Amino acid sequence: MTHLKEKGMKCIFMIAAFTSVIAVFLICVFLFANGIPAIAKIGPLKFLFGTTWKPSNDKFGIFPMIVASIYVTAGAIITGVPIALLTAVFMARYCPAKIYRPLKSGIELMAGIPSIVYGFFGLILIVPLIRQIFGGTGSSMLAASLLLGMMILPTIIGPAESAIRSVPESYYEGSLALGATKERSIFCIMLPAAKSGILAAVVLGIGRAIGETMAVIMVAGNQARMPQGLLKGVRTMTANIVTEMGYATGLHREALIATAVVLFVFILIINLSLSLLNRRSSNAQ
Amino acid sequence: MLNNTAVADASAGTDGKNDMSLTARANKKVRHPGSVILSALTIFAAVTTFALLLFLIVYILAKGIPYLTSDLFSLEYTSDNVSLMPSLINTFIMTVVSLAIAAPLGIFAAIFLVEYAGKGNKFVGLIRITAETLSGIPSIVYGLFGMLFFVTTLKWGMSLLAGACTLVIMVLPLIMRTSEEALKAVPDSYREASFGLGAGKLRTIFTIVLPSAVPGILAGVILAIGRIIGETAALLYTAGTVAAVPSNLMGSGRTLALHMYVLSSEGLHMNQASATAVVIMIFVLVINGLSGMIAKRIAKG
Repeated sequence: MTHLKEKGMKCIFMIAAFTSVIAVFLICVFLFANGIPAIAKIGPLKFLFGTTWKPSNDKFGIFPMIVASIYVTAGAIITGVPIALLTAVFMARYCPAKIYRPLKSGIELMAGIPSIVYGFFGLILIVPLIRQIFGGTGSSMLAASLLLGMMILPTIIGPAESAIRSVPESYYEGSLALGATKERSIFCIMLPAAKSGILAAVVLGIGRAIGETMAVIMVAGNQARMPQGLLKGVRTMTANIVTEMGYATGLHREALIATAVVLFVFILIINLSLSLLNRRSSNAQ
Repeated sequence: MLNNTAVADASAGTDGKNDMSLTARANKKVRHPGSVILSALTIFAAVTTFALLLFLIVYILAKGIPYLTSDLFSLEYTSDNVSLMPSLINTFIMTVVSLAIAAPLGIFAAIFLVEYAGKGNKFVGLIRITAETLSGIPSIVYGLFGMLFFVTTLKWGMSLLAGACTLVIMVLPLIMRTSEEALKAVPDSYREASFGLGAGKLRTIFTIVLPSAVPGILAGVILAIGRIIGETAALLYTAGTVAAVPSNLMGSGRTLALHMYVLSSEGLHMNQASATAVVIMIFVLVINGLSGMIAKRIAKG
């Protein structure tokens, strides 16, 4: 009897553990099964590199959205990564012990604030600010880049800090003993040693930025055309799905799912490079 | 001035043990302007980060608190009062239902990974990889999947249940990972002592290992609550945006975050949207405080 119970529970635990495998499998099957036929129908090249998105005229080119996603992510990296990495250095090497705990929980709080709140913040502050300073509508690539740059800060700071912390203290001391200053030891010795961990943190930030939906949709303007400048509106892949899914039918709906397939492939590539980087950094130690 | 930099150096750095005189330190600063600039930049970046966070919180609270009227909390939603109460109740239902499914699943999965699967088990790698993949998928992709699978294929329609099931998949990797870490932190001697007293494996897990891992598991579950409360994109096309509490789980209803999105995208009720932002923000602050407290207790042992 007990034996049976033990065996039965083991089975239940195992099934629970396989839920994630089943979930990934189902997500792949349902996305690809609904998206790939649409890509085939539209024509892969026309779909991926077509520059007009006019569902009413049966024109489904998502190239503007792909470019917009890449631009906005690049903008987020340019604004967010330097600040995030320097903050990680501060947290790992400069921060006085007394204020470390509150600062650390501040970063956790920053990661816990929902994207809709960030989006709202962008909508009521960043967008009007850009409108006042540069003119135009304010809903623009610049607004989205700034907001995303802010949102990826905690995503990058956490892993980057632990990467810097995992560099052996002897590297630092050795460098000091050779007469290097504290800054030189940190930036020329510690950071290169933590390279792959830091890169993994940045890749994590890229993944978050490219997949972000609600915050971007509220500040980016969402015009489905090729990006025309920092101060003009753009529509990312994620925004394309959300804005039109509500009323789309037929091929239009399938084209939106196909957009999600493209996004999903981007994320899979990012995940893959992330796990390669993580393997490299754990091998290095 | 000299004194100041020296004190700052000693308190900030690990090189306080160096027996350099103050003048030597000052000379070093002058000879290495690059170092001074770098450290200034570092501190500037840190100040920027935390100033942004502080500003965000204060700005959201200051914008919204004046609009927190009693009208907003009336039980029925009408286009006059734009009440957030139905969404608040929906958020609560959504959280409870999602956790009721996700927490046992995640904890059981962690038990399998830590207690049953040996190091050489070929499934462990597969489970890890898929869990990692899940945690990297953007929420809009979950939303689309939920729409295709739960809403359309299983014919549940836009409903709280479809939304909750979508959220389950989303928070599962989070609960799995934190529970796994919590279980791993339980010393093996506990298990051995329990086996030594003649307890079976199941009994050991449920009466010895799990209770000692509760704080860590709880921290993960609380983080999951935070994600559920703030989620929008995954719920837009699974739970729908009806502004009322449905009579059962198969009805559609919007959560707080969705309520806020609908209000601010319509653009007609920005004040009420900022008030909703305050409510969400307060939830997030409380949840973070709670998980911080638990983490502190774990650290104390």
